Amino acid sequence: MGFLDTLFGRTKPVQPKLDDLFGLPSAAVQLEAAAGFKPTGSGSVSFRAPEGKPFADIQKEVLELLDMDNGKPGGGLPVEVTKDTYGYTWLVSNHLSDEIDALVTDLHAVNSALVDGGFGPQLLCTLVAFRDENQRRLSLVYLYKRGTFYPFAPLGGGNNRDNALELQVKGVLGDDLRIEQDLTRWFPVWGAPGL
Amino acid sequence: MATHTRYAPDRGLTVRMTATMFLLGLVFVVFVGLVIGIMTAAHASAAAIILVAVIFGGGSAFISLFYSDKIALAAAGAREVSPKDAPQLHGIVDRLCALADMDKPRVAIAPARMPNAFATGRNSKNSVLCVTEGLLYHSDLTQEELEGVLAHELSHVAHKDVQVMTYASLLAIVAGLLVRFAFYSEIFGGGRRGGNDGNAALLIPLIMLASAVVYAISFLLIRLLSRYRELAADRSGALLTQNPSALISALTKVSQGMNRIPTQDLRAAEPLNAFYFAPAMKLTRGGGGGGGGASLSALFSTHPSLEKRIEQLSKIQRELGQVGQDPRGLK
Repeated sequence: MGFLDTLFGRTKPVQPKLDDLFGLPSAAVQLEAAAGFKPTGSGSVSFRAPEGKPFADIQKEVLELLDMDNGKPGGGLPVEVTKDTYGYTWLVSNHLSDEIDALVTDLHAVNSALVDGGFGPQLLCTLVAFRDENQRRLSLVYLYKRGTFYPFAPLGGGNNRDNALELQVKGVLGDDLRIEQDLTRWFPVWGAPGL
Repeated sequence: MATHTRYAPDRGLTVRMTATMFLLGLVFVVFVGLVIGIMTAAHASAAAIILVAVIFGGGSAFISLFYSDKIALAAAGAREVSPKDAPQLHGIVDRLCALADMDKPRVAIAPARMPNAFATGRNSKNSVLCVTEGLLYHSDLTQEELEGVLAHELSHVAHKDVQVMTYASLLAIVAGLLVRFAFYSEIFGGGRRGGNDGNAALLIPLIMLASAVVYAISFLLIRLLSRYRELAADRSGALLTQNPSALISALTKVSQGMNRIPTQDLRAAEPLNAFYFAPAMKLTRGGGGGGGGASLSALFSTHPSLEKRIEQLSKIQRELGQVGQDPRGLK
């Protein structure tokens, strides 16, 4: 925030950074080779739906766009829309586990549609789910405003995180993705759809 | 252009805030000029008083700025809570901070039963966001309304309001101290002066008068600035959550909740008034015929009236509902 913004008590809406998302496919390869985690094929975009009709219209357009290629190879399943307990909307895209490229393309389509509509500041995070042979859950969370990723590994049923695994993943992916260095920003996304 | 905002900045608010700060600066310059004038004309005694007031005033302002988070938490009797203690509260703050791309403040809960919240701290790394138990457990705020309140408080942090208001109050603090010091030296130093210097007898009351005037003017200007900062935080908070309606209903509910609580409780909260989401202590309004009373209380208030805040938020509400009205030519 600039000096003038402080002086006048203004906050500029923060625009999302989208490009780093395309680092995911190569990171997925690295993650499988080094830690044994495979993508489940499920990914989601989380955003804050503003009140008012303009946004509802755009959301509808995005859904129609994503569902156009259903049934074709790489098209994936219909997109699910859910609202979490914090009031954020999640668009969940489901693909086969080896279609991570198509998944990332889908996620990016959602982002760019929202940004083009002027709703970029509403994007919260994107989440891509992974699993290993022991059915341990892991997700990579992309923070739009920072342009960084962080690992989130829920443990068991309660609100526990596998911090050791998260830090291991941080080490494994350090070269492939921009990992969020400020650990206080690794907020837990309990109960995120598609996890 | 890839980056654009859908909302034009509120120019009216910016202009009014600039004017207020300009006036504060003007008063400051005049005051400093006056002080220098008096100092050169005067004796060591008057100069010493001014020097002491500046050192004390500046020092206390610096300390209160540096320890603002700890002082406010202690005054409210609040304790910091970890994500394990209050997962839902932390969850909301986490997400809002990620949306706004700002450092997450520490989170605290104060035991007061009245529904309210405040944020304080000298910078984003050292700030703390505090909500009362009344807001969390005893008010019927929905999750979205609670989020609106928290977004308002986070905007105060983002706008560095504690810093801005401390700098703005510095002059008033020094001027207030000068009045007091000059008063004491008038009482206690009266005998010593004798026939030493005729000028000094006039100087002390002069400093007192000037300081009193400066104090009064800057006090009013600071309160005005505080009200503008509240409006700015409302606006930024509503734009962050994109849900001005929830903020409006939260404001209404919290204000009503405040009115239900006995006065004794509110007086204890009064020193923190300027930080709060909604004022804990309202100056009593003149009843039916008291139009003058109402406008006077508005002049001294740290917060804008509920009507004004709702009016501004309704404007944002309308902006959100509009299609294709964007001044930047967005489709």
